[in-house]
Amino acid sequence: MFAYAGKILRVNLTTGKVSTEPLKEEMAKNYVGGIGLGIRLLMDNSKAGTDPFDPDNPLIYVAGPLSGTMGPTAGNGYAVVSKSPATGGVGEAKAHGFFGPDLKRAGYDAVIITGKADKLSYLWIDDDKVEIKNAEFLTHQPVYETDVKIREELGDYYVRVSAIGEAGEKLCRFAAIINDEFRAIGRTGMGAVMGSKNLKAVAVRGTNDVNVANLDGFKEFVKMIHERMKGPATKKYKTLGTPENVLVLNSLAALATRNWTNATFEGADKVSGEYLNEHYVKKIVGCATCGMRCDHIAVVPEGPYQGSTSRLEFECLWSMGPLCGVDRLDAIIEAMRIVNEYGMDGISIGVVVAFAMDCFEHGIITKEQTDGIDLRFGNAEALIAIIHKIGKREGWLGNALAEGVERAAQIIGNGAEKYACHIKGLELPGYDLRTLKTAALGFSVSFRGACHLRNGAYSPDVKGKVNRFKIEKGRGKMIADEGNMYNIIDSLIVCKFSRGTYYDGWKDLANYYTLATGIPITPEELTKDGERIENLARLFNIREGKGTRKYDTVPYKIMNYPVPDEGPAKGMCVSDEELQIGLDDYYAVRGWTSDGVPTVDKLNELGLGDLAYIAEKANQGGK
Amino acid sequence: MVRAQDRKFVTSDPEKCIGCCVCEYACSMTSEKTFNPTKSRIRALRLGPLNNLAVTCRHCEDPACVTACPRDALHQEEDGTITVDEQACNGCTWCISACEFGAMMMHPEKKVVFTCNSCKDQPDGPQCVKWCPEEALTFVTAQQLAQKSRISAVRNLFQEEKEKKAAK
Repeated sequence: MFAYAGKILRVNLTTGKVSTEPLKEEMAKNYVGGIGLGIRLLMDNSKAGTDPFDPDNPLIYVAGPLSGTMGPTAGNGYAVVSKSPATGGVGEAKAHGFFGPDLKRAGYDAVIITGKADKLSYLWIDDDKVEIKNAEFLTHQPVYETDVKIREELGDYYVRVSAIGEAGEKLCRFAAIINDEFRAIGRTGMGAVMGSKNLKAVAVRGTNDVNVANLDGFKEFVKMIHERMKGPATKKYKTLGTPENVLVLNSLAALATRNWTNATFEGADKVSGEYLNEHYVKKIVGCATCGMRCDHIAVVPEGPYQGSTSRLEFECLWSMGPLCGVDRLDAIIEAMRIVNEYGMDGISIGVVVAFAMDCFEHGIITKEQTDGIDLRFGNAEALIAIIHKIGKREGWLGNALAEGVERAAQIIGNGAEKYACHIKGLELPGYDLRTLKTAALGFSVSFRGACHLRNGAYSPDVKGKVNRFKIEKGRGKMIADEGNMYNIIDSLIVCKFSRGTYYDGWKDLANYYTLATGIPITPEELTKDGERIENLARLFNIREGKGTRKYDTVPYKIMNYPVPDEGPAKGMCVSDEELQIGLDDYYAVRGWTSDGVPTVDKLNELGLGDLAYIAEKANQGGK
Repeated sequence: MVRAQDRKFVTSDPEKCIGCCVCEYACSMTSEKTFNPTKSRIRALRLGPLNNLAVTCRHCEDPACVTACPRDALHQEEDGTITVDEQACNGCTWCISACEFGAMMMHPEKKVVFTCNSCKDQPDGPQCVKWCPEEALTFVTAQQLAQKSRISAVRNLFQEEKEKKAAK
């Protein structure tokens, strides 16, 4: 096999045992790499009902098949997969930067970490040499300091580190794993799983060659993508960046504001991509092997947060900005910086704070419970103060909120659950689902909970390709097709910002894969891989009791709190009736039962017959 | 005959370099037919998100690496490039200590030192320069480099003057 390392590393932190095994070519072809391979390894290496924080829950690092090659964006990714402490189902997230290629060069397609170290430790992978090292000196250290100190200890600046901060150590359920200062394995709480294993970081140095099957062909392909990356498909990311969305969504009444109270934000101009770039962005940098660039590095020039530096994208700008009613970019940049220090998911943290503010405004949380913080919408200082408390799990409220909105609402009680905006336990990302209803359906069926990146269902709404104010038949196919594509993007670990450069879609991606790996694959086979991965993830969720129809839903506020803003969107919310129409349509397209369970025929067709028992059990009402 | 002032080398513009390492991959692909930054003649470095630079051999006049070599394994060609006699080199790393830019490196497999030869076997010159997506790398003479800085300094000066006048 080319491009793949052909090897899986196993590390048991309890016993200290380290071993390797080959990656079979059939496994590679059927599950590609990244999240596809990761979810299959999760399924095969865990028992049903294992608690996410149980030492037996495997934490799986996976490289992409193209990681380590010169493939633009695909050359630099890795994924982490585990059972999510937020959702209880599939947890997965990807990050780019510089870590993934070294993992591959060290000689591994995947690392399966089980057990629990007896003290805080880090894993040092130096090609064939694998060591579990003491990390007690890094206790509660911020992510970047951890990175620097590990590289100092190992005496090599080019060692790549993927680490958790204090939030991960303290099992915050939306803790992230971060590499290269601000590149996050952000969603679904993978950092908390890492923390539960007493694992502070994975450090890696890879010095082996990564070879592709057809070097000349691969080189020409990469050259073509580099050309396309000059534009126009990448223009947004290379100019204003994703914060361009602020004004776009605001104009569509789709910019969720004050915890999905309003759908437009009166302060949007002050937190727009335009304003950010003019006043704060110092440089736009990029990841390894990338032919474009997108990391907008913002620096606060003056005021109380002077010098605060962070990368800032739309989602986190929105979650800690409009969603909390905050219109101060200096505070948002500082908030982002400390969120990266604690190692938390930048989307979830904003939704958690906005939830707390909503509760505070409604008298469900008192000032006594906030330890005196005036947790009103729009209070930027309160935003920063409560983030510190959550990151440290400090005080009753900080501790409750570190559990994520679903569990925090149960702890707080008093009807707080009405303000908790999540799907399957994962906090909602930056789109107002009341006015983007394809997105509402797409988010509801996403296997990792509320997510805009499992099927990109917001896109047809925002681009005006459909009537975004209703769910109707036909949306199911859109979501399923895009979902298959996104599964492959995340298994090849191609950066989604570059997806527009694959003009020929599946054909380009299949070609890319074959040139690198030498494994022949047709666009149709690759589409099947995407569908297989979707069904596999669904089966995992069903096995864990979280995968059927009743879990495919949208939050209370999206269904019961109509948009109050004047304009065409006024009065909009998602009705149960239209959601059910959408689910029927989607399940039919997927070949699933009306309860959202894959049929045995479908599983056999996809080569997942060995897992049909899970579907059969669910259909008999077993789970 | 190449005049000393016509010697060209690869340089990176710190304003433009984004630390993406495409140069490293282009180099190892060209000179080693594989993807492996540890075999690249140019290395990118990021010291915090705003400070990025790719560094390679600058073909110094009277190069310290050549002087430092106790076995006469290094030799400067007329065009300024440094060649390594792989038979003579025993990997003692004196030249690595001597180079102020970290442009002399140890080959991970051959265990002899290696450095940038300006892709002189490539018809279209240094491949890192061709591939750099930010056009941060250029293949220049010292004269051109100085000119570039001068032009930019003078332009900035007059821009400042203009802005001052406009502000009044």
